[in-house]
Amino acid sequence: MIPSQALVALADAVGPEWLRTARANLDTFSSDGLPTHLSRPAVAVIPGSRDEVFRILRILHHFRIPFVARGAGTGLSGGALADEASVLIVLTRLNRILEIDADNRRAVVEPGVVNARLTAAVEPLGLHYAPDPSSQTACTIGGNVAENAGGPHCLKYGVTSNHILALEVALPDGGLVQLGSPGGEPWGLDLVGLFVGSEGTFGIATAITVRLTPIPSAIRTLLADFTTLRAAGEAVTSIIAGGLVPAALEIMDSNCIAIVEESIYSAGYPTDAGAVLLVELDGMDEEAVASEARQVQEMLASGGARSVQLASDPEQRERLWQGRKKAFGALGRIGSDLLVQDAVVPRSRLPDVLEQIGAIGERYQLSICNVFHAGDGNLHPNFSFDGSQPGLADRVQRASAEIMHICIEAGGTITGEHGVGSDKLQYMPLVFTADTLDMMSRVRQVFDPHDLANPGKVLPAKACQQP
Amino acid sequence: MTVAAKIRELIGESGLAEPDAGGTPRAVPASEAECAVILQAAQSEGWRVRIEGCGGWMPADAPATLALSTRRLTGVVDLNPADMVVTVRAGTRWNELRSLLANEGTWVPLDPPGSDRSVGSVIACATAGPLRTGFGTIRDQLLGQTLLTADGRLVQSGGRVVKNVAGYDITKLAAGSFGAFGVITAVHLRLRAVPRADLTLVAHGNRDELLNRARSILDAGLIPAALELLSPKASPADRWTLAVRLVGSDVAVAAERDAITAASGLTFEKHVASHAADFWQQTLAGVTATPTTLRMGALPSSLDDALDTIAHYLDENCEDWISVNVLAGVVRWSGAADGGQLRLIRGIAAQHEMPVTLERAPWSVRSEVGHFGAYRDRVGRIVHSLWKAFDPQGVFAVPLGDRP
Ligand SMILES: Cc1cc2nc3c(=O)[nH]c(=O)nc-3n(C[C@H](O)[C@H](O)[C@H](O)COP(=O)(O)OP(=O)(O)OC[C@H]3O[C@@H](n4cnc5c(N)ncnc54)[C@H](O)[C@@H]3O)c2cc1C
Repeated sequence: MIPSQALVALADAVGPEWLRTARANLDTFSSDGLPTHLSRPAVAVIPGSRDEVFRILRILHHFRIPFVARGAGTGLSGGALADEASVLIVLTRLNRILEIDADNRRAVVEPGVVNARLTAAVEPLGLHYAPDPSSQTACTIGGNVAENAGGPHCLKYGVTSNHILALEVALPDGGLVQLGSPGGEPWGLDLVGLFVGSEGTFGIATAITVRLTPIPSAIRTLLADFTTLRAAGEAVTSIIAGGLVPAALEIMDSNCIAIVEESIYSAGYPTDAGAVLLVELDGMDEEAVASEARQVQEMLASGGARSVQLASDPEQRERLWQGRKKAFGALGRIGSDLLVQDAVVPRSRLPDVLEQIGAIGERYQLSICNVFHAGDGNLHPNFSFDGSQPGLADRVQRASAEIMHICIEAGGTITGEHGVGSDKLQYMPLVFTADTLDMMSRVRQVFDPHDLANPGKVLPAKACQQP
Repeated sequence: MTVAAKIRELIGESGLAEPDAGGTPRAVPASEAECAVILQAAQSEGWRVRIEGCGGWMPADAPATLALSTRRLTGVVDLNPADMVVTVRAGTRWNELRSLLANEGTWVPLDPPGSDRSVGSVIACATAGPLRTGFGTIRDQLLGQTLLTADGRLVQSGGRVVKNVAGYDITKLAAGSFGAFGVITAVHLRLRAVPRADLTLVAHGNRDELLNRARSILDAGLIPAALELLSPKASPADRWTLAVRLVGSDVAVAAERDAITAASGLTFEKHVASHAADFWQQTLAGVTATPTTLRMGALPSSLDDALDTIAHYLDENCEDWISVNVLAGVVRWSGAADGGQLRLIRGIAAQHEMPVTLERAPWSVRSEVGHFGAYRDRVGRIVHSLWKAFDPQGVFAVPLGDRP
């Protein structure tokens, strides 16, 4: 229960129309992109300015009420969920682009700015914001910072943390801190690097300075189809080992192709293929990129690709990408529930691990769809299922845990871009020792001594106890 | 029991090397486990520990009860070129790692200044060189690490995968902490294939003119591997020099060379192969010819101000080693300065939102001003609380920053 004095103060801070307390109004906030996790907040506040965020946090700190920041709610780890004891702070109204500084290739934005909107705003200047999560038309830059989001083109351009220069942060006590400097050099330690990926547990990013990147003038997209998923995985390994750094290397398996092709997002992918591999190459020089594309084409052919389509004009390229970009949307439509995994393995292990995942699916009689950032070794085995069917959810969980274990055994980790949130808490002790988890919890206490910011996420409960 | 006797007892005779010039005993653990035992003893006995690499960067002059050298924590633990990841122990010499990787056709795109560096020193001091332009800084190549904290606990962060968001990024926190957070014993680094073409273009002129030409290269949307403005002292040519490095396929490098020549309007001398390597090596080795080095960050468009500030407060006669990363907006200066001068310039720069990091200096200077200082509001408190979280008793002899 939130004390009524706190509610009055919050209403006063944001205006009563931006304070939501009715159950019906709170239902929209009771899940993020993962339908398997549900939790309704006690209250939602929707601040309209950065100043209001600071006021809200001061009020909550005074009453020692926990809070959870929320961007667009597209997260895939249950990170933006608040419970009955917490206040949800929805940041979507903080959607102003504060500054575009083309000379220095940077922009300053409020956290609620949608990723794709930023890129659209700077495109006329020949620039773009490089991290491009597949959810980019919906997710916010604040959410990207919190999760250290990746995307297909992060293979070449790096993930969110490579593109954040500075942050204005509202600390859990309502104090303001500026991390990083306008040009990106840290004031001492790399606190920007530490904050990015902290999943809302260190405070709320209220202004974000991002790096902008010139738009490449030459682009080639290739789509290769293989009879087996293994062969597609091997092709990725050989491209990486061959020293090329494509802008993107994405794989979709046959289950995924079938679902996409049956959906309204059909992209004309061959439905009899074991897997398709999308490769994108880019650069500033036509001839250089064309020659790299020829090299890749040869590698794909000698790696057993049945056919390779090559596109250079924007429309054709868009068509090749369409199925990949909409795959999650198509998956979401076939079952009422969706479990998305996000494990990462060393790239040379891809072929073996993919085969093992297939075997697990067969053993549990589950259909697993793989659509993933292959160049990074970042897997997304997805389970689309109907959670109301008796025993099914449990079977999915067990299969998913098994996949997690084989990825860890292969030298991998439990999450590459979606974050731990509440969904992967149970797996943290598999990749970190008690000493490491304890150190992480001490770091968290530096920012949030009263455990108010997104409590219960990222670190399993035991690690959060004071030694 | 003397400190040396205690070390002998803990890890045996072979774990003890010759004491330093001032008689401080020196431990040379051969494993993480030995290193941990020593740190546990240090913590319980109240010793102060100086961490030593190859000695090519920070002078090994911090007063301490014990010197702890990483010189036996060497070698590549794991290298699988198909993964493009290497795991290497921190005491390994940077140059050895480089040649070992070259034999496998790979490299880490980092060119740290200084000459005799250990891997641990490059990471702990986060000294990126000119290649930062095209490839980013230390943190962008660093996938994970093993850190022994002051109480001898092993903290592992990141790993052998190229994408990883599990837990907090302690790796980035420790990189650039000058060893204040613990002994980095091993790191995982991202590799790339050795580029087929590697070309360096060099032009001379006056400072402001070259800076403007460098900006027109960037304005054309080009991002070379390195784009560095060098002071006469830093340049082998003894004049203000703009040095551009291009790496990639033959076709790409040739195209980039033409585009850069057109965009800048400069006439460049070309260096390839060993000439180019000599050029950069000479430039980067020069940084340690003088006792003190600092790094100042600025907006790329304010680099003139940053350079003027340095000229005004530290280098009136323009005689010092200066290297400017035009894209990243970073000036590295090397010369001689006392604590008062450094504190002054750090304060002035901070007013213009230009952070200054003291990268190396004699103990008398760095202990007076700290590596960091003149923080923005509350940043100092966070830095110090984090430092305390990792080393509550102050075991490591590292003057990280001014107490806030
Ligand atoms: C179809 C689909 C495709 C996706 N594809 C990708 C992909 O390719 N790559 C990828 O990385 N992710 C992907 N995601 C996951 C998701 O879009 C990202 O994690 C995104 O960064 C979340 O942004 P959001 O605004 O929706 O944040 P939310 O889900 O609202 O919040 C996520 C976390 O961020 C915290 N948070 C939000 N704003 C702030 C702030 N200002 N300060 C501090 N903490 C904050 C929240 O507390 C929460 O912990 C995909 C999701 C979907 C549904």
